[in-house]
Amino acid sequence: MNRLTDYMLPPARSTLASETDALFHFINVTSIILLVGITFAILYFAWKYRRKSDDDVTPVITHNNKLEITWSVIPLIMVMIVFGWGFSGYMNLVTPPDDAYEIRVEGASWNWRFFYENGATSVNELNVPVDRPIKLIMSSTDVIHSFYVPDFRVKRDVLPNRYSSIWFEATETGESHIFCTEYCGTQHSNMDGTVNVMSQDEFDIWLEAGNAVDESVPPAERGEALVSQNGCNACHSADGSSGVGPSFAGLWGSERTFQNADPVTADENYIRESILQSNAKVLEGYDPVMPSYQGVINDQQISDIIEYIKTLE
Amino acid sequence: MATAEASNIKRLQVKRFKPDESPKEHYLNAEKGLWSWLTTVDHKRIGLMYLGSIALFFLIGGILALVLRTELLTPTRSFIEADTYNQIFTLHGAIMIFFFLVPSVPAALGNFILPLQLGAKDVAFPRLNLASFYIYTIGAIFTLIAIFTGGIDTGWTFYTPYSAETSTNVMMMTLGIFILGFSSILTGVNFIVTIHKMRAPGLTWNKLPLNIWALYATSIIQVLATPVLAITVLLLAMERALGIGIFDPALGGDPVLYQHFFWFYSHPAVYIMIVPGFGVISEVISTFSRKTIFGYWAIALSSLAIAFIGFLVWGHHMFTAGQSSLASMVFSFLTFLVGIPTGIKIFNWLATMYKGSIDMKTPMLYAMVFLFLFTIGGFTGIMLGALVVDIHLHDTYYVVAHFHYVMMGGMVMAFLAGIHYWWPKMFGKMYSEFWAKIACGIIFVGFNMTFLPQFIMGAQGMPRRYYNYIDQFQPFHQFSTMGSYVLGVGFLIIAAYLIHSLLRGKEAGSNPWGSRALEWQTSSPAPHHNFEHTPVIINGPYDYHKPMAEFQLGIAHSHNGHHEGEKVDVETTTAQEKA
Repeated sequence: MNRLTDYMLPPARSTLASETDALFHFINVTSIILLVGITFAILYFAWKYRRKSDDDVTPVITHNNKLEITWSVIPLIMVMIVFGWGFSGYMNLVTPPDDAYEIRVEGASWNWRFFYENGATSVNELNVPVDRPIKLIMSSTDVIHSFYVPDFRVKRDVLPNRYSSIWFEATETGESHIFCTEYCGTQHSNMDGTVNVMSQDEFDIWLEAGNAVDESVPPAERGEALVSQNGCNACHSADGSSGVGPSFAGLWGSERTFQNADPVTADENYIRESILQSNAKVLEGYDPVMPSYQGVINDQQISDIIEYIKTLE
Repeated sequence: MATAEASNIKRLQVKRFKPDESPKEHYLNAEKGLWSWLTTVDHKRIGLMYLGSIALFFLIGGILALVLRTELLTPTRSFIEADTYNQIFTLHGAIMIFFFLVPSVPAALGNFILPLQLGAKDVAFPRLNLASFYIYTIGAIFTLIAIFTGGIDTGWTFYTPYSAETSTNVMMMTLGIFILGFSSILTGVNFIVTIHKMRAPGLTWNKLPLNIWALYATSIIQVLATPVLAITVLLLAMERALGIGIFDPALGGDPVLYQHFFWFYSHPAVYIMIVPGFGVISEVISTFSRKTIFGYWAIALSSLAIAFIGFLVWGHHMFTAGQSSLASMVFSFLTFLVGIPTGIKIFNWLATMYKGSIDMKTPMLYAMVFLFLFTIGGFTGIMLGALVVDIHLHDTYYVVAHFHYVMMGGMVMAFLAGIHYWWPKMFGKMYSEFWAKIACGIIFVGFNMTFLPQFIMGAQGMPRRYYNYIDQFQPFHQFSTMGSYVLGVGFLIIAAYLIHSLLRGKEAGSNPWGSRALEWQTSSPAPHHNFEHTPVIINGPYDYHKPMAEFQLGIAHSHNGHHEGEKVDVETTTAQEKA
């Protein structure tokens, strides 16, 4: 039975996961015992008391107070145990320690942005140090999303008009999945990411390096990497096929016609504007669904992305 | 009356009316032609029209489900686009819930059976009953228009602000559901009045069939909860059409408010869907065990308890949504409380089978399948009610599996039990018992194949409403899809033998199951006005220790107790009724 419930759950990689798992296990075991009992009773009665003749006479048993009170009170006690257990675990889950390290999270259709204390940012990749409580302060730029890391057993809706928060403390280094679990449109199932749990030293190095530019790599290649890091390629293909947004292939220098603005030729300023004020010009045939990357992508990075798009002419 | 207590005791002369075993005239041939159906005020015909409509919607919803499952065979695109997938899961949910589950037992089976079980000629307001069917039809037409003019991709919950911003046809769909709600409300009002005012002489509250108690509890929820849904979708429509900010934060509204409004209806709506199923199961288990129901009052009152507590648990859909911890605690507590009356019913049904004379006919088989699947649904509900575990499981396939175990494993199995139980009363024909049992077995296997793996992948972290998924879940999805095909085959077999039964079925006779319940004491199919006499009830509906003759009594002459000096052909039994 232990192995069954272990099989059902993802690896437990946070300090509070074991509490959730213990209750999950308790309810499973109790339920399976009761279910087997009830199923056995159904089958046994159906066989033992099967109709032998059409004139069968059955006893008149209308009720039995003692029995009925027993089978009301015992389940009541059991669910109250589950209630108390679940509530105390929940309180731990929603009460972060005072010294938790804070990271800002923004959900935008359809990616996750993370903002760290020193101005470093990342998209769809959350970097955190191991063995240290982390508090995420989350909001949405558009519709409701929900931030879910199965390995940590945490989930919280991310709302457009208020902040919500969760906390966790990762117990081992490695990668864990992030999912969006509140339906948010076309690419909802692609709004996923990774938590990279690293040692404190590695984290500090990453944080320092943060958005530093690797001068040894040509700008166009840096741009290509940025396009994938920031999740642009979820909607904008590089091969000319049309996705949620127009493809990058053939974009550079082309004539663009818009639903809400005069036509322009795609140049540096058009691309810059499309990244920062994404819905200022909405291309014919597409919906105004792109979130702004203001504050996520800096000027150097925009230049790199422009260099990359130029190569896709 | 000559006696001293004449003021409150009325003496009725009764005689036994044996039902006609193969009636020449009945409600199906009392009037002829399409027009007679479209304008009928006969509750039995309206019930059948509902039955046809919900069968159609079940077919549509079922085909959509198979399309979804087929798409999920591979982790990425299999054969439809993401937007199409999103529209199909929305329609599957909305159609199955609003057009199948909500009206399935109350409006279809309930309409047919409620007046028969009360010994009434019809419901209290027959024209209102017909009107509610047409309101349902109009709501359905709006929904179909929505499907063909852009579809809808919000999920059946229409959560804001997404539903306020999406370019799909939310207006038409919500309007359809707004209209549909009135059908539900009117049916509820009709049933409440009918149960209060139209019971046959002698049918006191403690002799009401448990199916009636269940429909009574359901009707109360329908009347009280449905208006809130109507208000909610109306506000949503106003926001979209007029730009009044209620739920959309871009306009100064609050999206969580929408969730409160929505679940204030939609959680009780879950009980609108399942409580009538409890009623059917009580009837079936008692009839096929040929035994008095165990704990009559416990079952009757637990339906009412569920109806009332069910109004106070909506917040358990929002544990991750950002309500206060105190609110979450209270909602979790009440959620566990509402589980208790449900558990009590399971034990009562088991105790009814104890020392019974159990005949494993198809309806009983479905009742047993119901007991098993619904118990799993109940236990996984306890799991989801536990706060800390729900944080992990919320919006994953675990919830999808739980919901299907309760709604399909519970409600649809109860509905199938009811259909197979009352089919002979509806059409006077029997279906093939052999094929019915085969289909029941296939459905049981297919159902578990489809939804058991979903518990596992949900607990492992597979979110719901996902078009693409990570590779590790593929084996579960594939197994689940195979199961859904098996399930589909099971339903096709049901359709085949039921149609065969309509065309070539053997005559059923008035009471093929040997039931004591009132609806079986008239001919099959029932006469145009249900009974050729006014039935008089002196025993409870589950009193299997009393002779059948005592269940077939009716007022001996047409003038209802007056002129008692007149000579009539009366058998020995007399009944007394407190007026």
